[in-house]
Amino acid sequence: MAARVRALETILTRKGLIDPAAIDVIVDTYETKVGPRNGARVVAKAWSDREYADWLKRDATAAIASLGYTGRQGEHMQAVFNTDETHNLVVCTLCSCYPWSVLGLPPVWYKAPPYRSRAVIDPRGVLEEFGLSLPKDKNIRVWDSTAELRYLVVPQRPSGSDGWSEDKLADLVTRDSMIGTGLAREAA
Amino acid sequence: MVVALHERGLFSWAEWAERLSTEVKRPEAATDGSDYYERWLAALERLLAEKGLAGHEEVDAVAAAWERAAHATPHGQPIVLENDPGRSSGL
Repeated sequence: MAARVRALETILTRKGLIDPAAIDVIVDTYETKVGPRNGARVVAKAWSDREYADWLKRDATAAIASLGYTGRQGEHMQAVFNTDETHNLVVCTLCSCYPWSVLGLPPVWYKAPPYRSRAVIDPRGVLEEFGLSLPKDKNIRVWDSTAELRYLVVPQRPSGSDGWSEDKLADLVTRDSMIGTGLAREAA
Repeated sequence: MVVALHERGLFSWAEWAERLSTEVKRPEAATDGSDYYERWLAALERLLAEKGLAGHEEVDAVAAAWERAAHATPHGQPIVLENDPGRSSGL
């Protein structure tokens, strides 16, 4: 497989279609610069700024871009807010569409067939395997990502975090809480 | 590589997602997702062939050259295509 990847890179470089140095920059960006901390800042801002939260609800693509996080593939973002009644869970049943600009590269399990199929068929069971037991009367809404539309879950703000700074709040926001396979950390 | 090619405007992200989706849905794909990168590669090869950017035969030939170069390179040294003993084949 490595030889075929090298072959593609060789052919495309010879034809001037790619520049190996530019690819190194892309890889470095996603490995070291873009990650779930971007999404955590979006969530923390939404928790502390009602106007921003409303904007995020209305037009997540623009609200997220205002913090400097834009998708390379021109995809649209939708923010889905957890409430007392509803928990949101994100999956891509077709492949592995994921909001790279706010969460970085997807975890391995997100791309694996068991998660991709079972998140839709048995979301409650999947969440329990992640150690998340939701009350029976809580609805679970599953969002199926596409190449054009990616979802960011806004977890509920933990109680006891009143008056916290955005930086401190962002530390409570885990990657999994923004996919919906977890909750935000408790305020300690 | 996919991101770089997309940014050159050679295909839309929807086109890419559609090819990738087709590859990961194939019946012979591993049920645990362990072959995800093989599927990714297959999707990219197919898309490049369809777009006339890199044909299968061309990829086969250059991949074989890389394999020969790898065998001909002493252990511990970087593998470069120039080490392919069959280079005279015009690649």
